[in-house]
Amino acid sequence: MTKYIIRRVLGLIPTIFIIITICFFFIRLAPGGPFSSEKKLPPQILKNMQKKYHMDQPLIVQYGQYLVDVLRGDLGPSYKYKDYDVNYFIKQTLPKSMLLGGLALLVALILGIGTGMISSLKRNSWIDYSSMSVAVIGISVPLFVIAPILMYIFAMKLNWLPVAGWLDDGGAKTLVLPVLSLSAPYFAMIARLSRASFLDSLRSDYIRTARAKGLKTSVIMFKHVLKGASLPVVSYLGPAFSGIITGSIVIEQIFRIPGLGRHFVQSAFNRDYTMIMGTVIVYSLILVFMNFLVDIIYGYLDPRISYS
Amino acid sequence: MKKDIILKVEGLKTYFNTDEGVVKAVDGVSFELSKGETLGLVGESGSGKSVSNLSIMSLIPSPPGKIMGGKVLFGDKSIFDLSEEEMRNIRGGKIGMIFQDPMTSLNPFLRISTQMVETIVLHKKVSKHEAKKRAIEMLDLVGIPKAYDRINDYPHQFSGGMRQRVMIAMALSCDPEVLIADEPTSALDVTIQAQILELIQSLSKKLGTAVIMITHDLGVVAGMCDNVNVMYAGRIVEKGTNDEIFADPKHPYTQGLIKSVPRLDKPKQKRLYSIEGQPPNVIDLPECCPFFPRCEFAMDKCKTAYPPVTKFGDTREVSCWLYEEKTRGE
Ligand SMILES: Nc1ncnc2c1ncn2[C@@H]1O[C@H](COP(=O)(O)OP(=O)(O)OP(=O)(O)O)[C@@H](O)[C@H]1O
Ligand SMILES: [Mg+2]
Repeated sequence: MTKYIIRRVLGLIPTIFIIITICFFFIRLAPGGPFSSEKKLPPQILKNMQKKYHMDQPLIVQYGQYLVDVLRGDLGPSYKYKDYDVNYFIKQTLPKSMLLGGLALLVALILGIGTGMISSLKRNSWIDYSSMSVAVIGISVPLFVIAPILMYIFAMKLNWLPVAGWLDDGGAKTLVLPVLSLSAPYFAMIARLSRASFLDSLRSDYIRTARAKGLKTSVIMFKHVLKGASLPVVSYLGPAFSGIITGSIVIEQIFRIPGLGRHFVQSAFNRDYTMIMGTVIVYSLILVFMNFLVDIIYGYLDPRISYS
Repeated sequence: MKKDIILKVEGLKTYFNTDEGVVKAVDGVSFELSKGETLGLVGESGSGKSVSNLSIMSLIPSPPGKIMGGKVLFGDKSIFDLSEEEMRNIRGGKIGMIFQDPMTSLNPFLRISTQMVETIVLHKKVSKHEAKKRAIEMLDLVGIPKAYDRINDYPHQFSGGMRQRVMIAMALSCDPEVLIADEPTSALDVTIQAQILELIQSLSKKLGTAVIMITHDLGVVAGMCDNVNVMYAGRIVEKGTNDEIFADPKHPYTQGLIKSVPRLDKPKQKRLYSIEGQPPNVIDLPECCPFFPRCEFAMDKCKTAYPPVTKFGDTREVSCWLYEEKTRGE
């Protein structure tokens, strides 16, 4: 097992390296640069700026220097906000995005699996039909439609929750709408997935054995069905998490949350090369790590899988 | 004649509501099981063997299944009148069950120890530690080598035959009075089949457990059953002791079944005998003897009414118009 983990971690290095390389050159292909704005800068100032950020050197040298910096854990200075470096921005914003994404995933998992479980137990009842209809809506209506609708109903009409903001200026209430909107599509997917796999499990021979042993329904559901039935959901966690990261970029914009996603969008508009690179590296590390975690959980749940 | 009856099934009817119509999977089945007896239940695929026994355990998936009538008496308790909790005490505790496919009947995600211990703790009201000791004893008893270590393995680490042994150990771990074995060897290698059957036979004798042996293999029945019930299309068409059934099969269907068993002790036959025609479709069956389309003795009467039970002595019963005629004629 330890061997497997070491092998997997070593395998991550080339992945990250390729992502950095592609991203480094591709963002420089886009027209414009960090210092191009509406008002043209005087040539001398532009030259000085470029010199300060080593942009006067050949691209390959810049690339080499950047790799060395990244290896040392330094993501460089922001090109836009002169006195700040990228590490500082990430430290400020990442925890907020992680809280938002983590809560959304948790809500999606708990509500999704719960709904799937109840639907499968009461299949073809009105509970089943209505929750599966809600799930279809959740899957087919995009985030940027769900979020404003929830905002309109709960914040503007009913006045129960704040329209936007974050913990420090609005308290925990500010979390409710962003987390709910962000989790909606994943809740829906997980509910459908787990309904199907719970039904499969319930029909299986080993559940018939469990019933014939005289076990209670609750024991059967949580001890005998849950483990096997959660496997498809676990496999879906990887894609779900990458979706939640993309989604959080949208949600942070809509609800004005000062997270990493909003900075990502801003930095792309600003051609803030180091900021874009830093954000991409952080996002890919998170994703790669999540996929790794999913594989470990999967192996833990299914004893038939061995890591060797 | 029969004494110490522990399980009595009377006029059991279990139907399934499907899109194609009502499936009368079990349509008026009655039989008795006495202490320590091994009762064979034989019939083709779809004749309702599994459904009868799942009904006894109140394990029919509902919907679509429904028990439409009849009674099941376990000791002096009527099973369909019990609460869910009382029923759970009987399942696994008083009546143990093993199934056809040992590869899928154990939970692949849980250790053997977990699966065995939970059953013993539930019914024997002992500590986990005690239960594990008991589980290891049982595994020893069914012939799992190094049971002490193997109990911590997962099902996929055992072969099919070994898994069926584990199932038997688990089913017998709470000293049930009845063991229902639903085609316990159909999914196994021929060489292993005999071992498993022998195991069931010797353990049930040793522990005094009554066994309902469901099978479509007459060889199994001949080897180990005291009494035999032959099922066809949701009903029992013939009952008798092992000797009676094999020496003098009365129902044309039983006769066909016995003729279609390949014999090693007879000169080589040109071709194997088989009963002509298809097993009946039990959906929306009209009032008739369901065997008549395949029966060489079929009469007009067979097409319009189900034959009543004709008794021969204490132990024999046949449902066939041939014998109704005879009894009346005499
Ligand atoms: N859940 C169900 N829904 C609908 N019909 C069912 C269901 N379970 C069983 N049946 C029907 O009940 C009839 C009897 O089935 P049963 O499983 O008892 O047969 P069997 O004698 O055990 O056959 P086999 O030898 O194949 O196990 C079959 O026609 C089957 O299609
Ligand atoms: Mg069956």
